[in-house]
Amino acid sequence: MKILNTVLGPLLSGILFSIGLGVSGMTESKNIIAFLDIFGVWQGELMLVMAGAIIVYAVLYRLIVCRSKPLFENSFSIPHNKTLDKRLIFGAIFFGIGWGVTGLCPGPGLVALVSGKTNALVFVFTMILGMFVGRSNFGTKILSRAKQK
Amino acid sequence: MTESYLSALFGGVLIGLAAAGMLWSNGKILGVSGIIGGIFRSKSWDFYWRISFIVGLLLGALLIEPLGYSIMQLEIDRSIFMTGLGGLLVGFGTTIGNGCTSGHGVCGISRFSSRSIVATLIFMFSGIFTVAILNYIAEVV
Repeated sequence: MKILNTVLGPLLSGILFSIGLGVSGMTESKNIIAFLDIFGVWQGELMLVMAGAIIVYAVLYRLIVCRSKPLFENSFSIPHNKTLDKRLIFGAIFFGIGWGVTGLCPGPGLVALVSGKTNALVFVFTMILGMFVGRSNFGTKILSRAKQK
Repeated sequence: MTESYLSALFGGVLIGLAAAGMLWSNGKILGVSGIIGGIFRSKSWDFYWRISFIVGLLLGALLIEPLGYSIMQLEIDRSIFMTGLGGLLVGFGTTIGNGCTSGHGVCGISRFSSRSIVATLIFMFSGIFTVAILNYIAEVV
């Protein structure tokens, strides 16, 4: 049952990830905005979400990649790209603006769907649309124009 | 006050464990934007792990409120237009920048990836700047 092996890990990982977002307060867009509002009444709690996740993953990552391969695949798929290009920089700027406007990043955005709120539906729909634009010629064209300047 | 700090840390630990589990079982980096984006262009086998992660994410989301935590209760007052604009920017930005808070912010920083460290600093500052400007506009107008 190879398919069961392939889907089991990601399924459990998704459940745990979602619960982690909920427990940490990341599923409340107001918390995200308050975290980004360093010039207002800053709420620093969410810094600890990142700290907790990074400490755990930094240790486990090193233990796991020492193994010859993952449990259910033949190799690890880890990016090794080191170039700091315009795509990365502009991408991060655009993402940051969208994050600041909505208080949602992709994970909490998907989780928010279960709230049934219109804002969550609009966010996920337009986010997927934005992904298509990013992949399209239009996205490449915008970037190459930025590159020339 | 202290409680919210503890739950933030504990939630973070769970997120780290989820990302480690993904690496251990399937050898993949847990980056939500990449996983979603990949669904629409993945061929056969690659599709299954991506969609099962998303299904897991949605199943987990159903457990959040029964566990006593909340989703989108403290809504910010952004219009549908602003939400849509923000969604577009999040989708576009994470696609050309190859990652979001999970892929760059958690997994990438833990791997000491220079790209991820730069991306995370930039999207943090960009988010902080955006919130500052929106608050300023809201006060003045």
